[in-house]
Amino acid sequence: MSDVKKFLYLNRRAPYGTIYALESLEVVLIGAAFEQDVALAFVDDGVFQLTKGQNTDGIGVKNFSPTFRALGDYDVQKLYVERESLEERGLSEDDLMEVVYEDEDDDWEEKPAIRVISRAEMADVMADADVVLSF
Amino acid sequence: MKIGVLVSEGPYTHQAADTAYKFVTAALAAGHEVPRVFFYHDGVNVATRLSVPPQDERHIQQNWTALAKEHGIDLVVCIAAAQRRGMLDENEANRQGKDASNIAEGFRISGLGQLIEMGIQTDRLVTFGD
Repeated sequence: MSDVKKFLYLNRRAPYGTIYALESLEVVLIGAAFEQDVALAFVDDGVFQLTKGQNTDGIGVKNFSPTFRALGDYDVQKLYVERESLEERGLSEDDLMEVVYEDEDDDWEEKPAIRVISRAEMADVMADADVVLSF
Repeated sequence: MKIGVLVSEGPYTHQAADTAYKFVTAALAAGHEVPRVFFYHDGVNVATRLSVPPQDERHIQQNWTALAKEHGIDLVVCIAAAQRRGMLDENEANRQGKDASNIAEGFRISGLGQLIEMGIQTDRLVTFGD
C-alpha cells in the first residue's frame, strides 16, 4: 500500500449549534502535517460552514470560519460542495466565501479551492477516498 | 485485516460506544487486528474512571478497559477534545493546576495525529458516531 492515502473530511452539519464542524477543522489542520492527499466535502447543513459573513456575536461562540480561508496555506486545495445541498437550502455559490490555494504546477497562481459538484459526483469523490472521516 | 476504530459520541446518551465495543469484539474473534481505538468529540467521556452506572447496567468504560487489556488495544483519547470536556490524566491535571484527574486504566491521552496515523496504517477506518 502506498504511503499517501486519500483522506476525505466529510462535513454534514451546520457550523454552530454543535461542535462537530469546529472539531473537524481541528483534525484537518493537524492532519495537514502528515502530507496525505486531503479533500474536504460539504453536504447537507455542512454547506452553511462555508457561507460568507458569518457573525457569532449573539451566541458567544468563536467564529472559526476565517480558518477555512487559511487552508490553502496548509496545502488543502480541494473543498467539494454539493450543489443539491446548496439549492435545497436556498443557497448558491455566490453565498460562499472565497477560498484559494497557490498552484505550484502553474507558477503559484491563485486558484479557487471550492468546487461545487453534483450529488452524483460527490458519490464518486467518496468512493475514490481511502479514508473518510465523517463529522 | 487491520482495522482502526473511531468513537465520536459519548457513553450512555448514544449507542456508538457500545456498538463500537461489540464490533471490535467481533472483529477480533474473526481474526482481524484492531491496534487502536480513537475517542473524539464526546467520545472522550468514555474514558472517565468516575462513572458509576447502576449495577444492572453495562459498564462501558470497564468493558473497554478489559477488552484493551486482553487484546493489547491502544485506547487513545484526543487531548484537545478531552481538555474542553474536563477529561485529564495525572500529567495534564498537574500541568493545568487542577486538583484531580479522571482517566481510567487502559486509556491514554494524546493528539489528533494518532487518528491520522491510524487512518494511514490500517486497512480500514470504521467510525461509530451519530
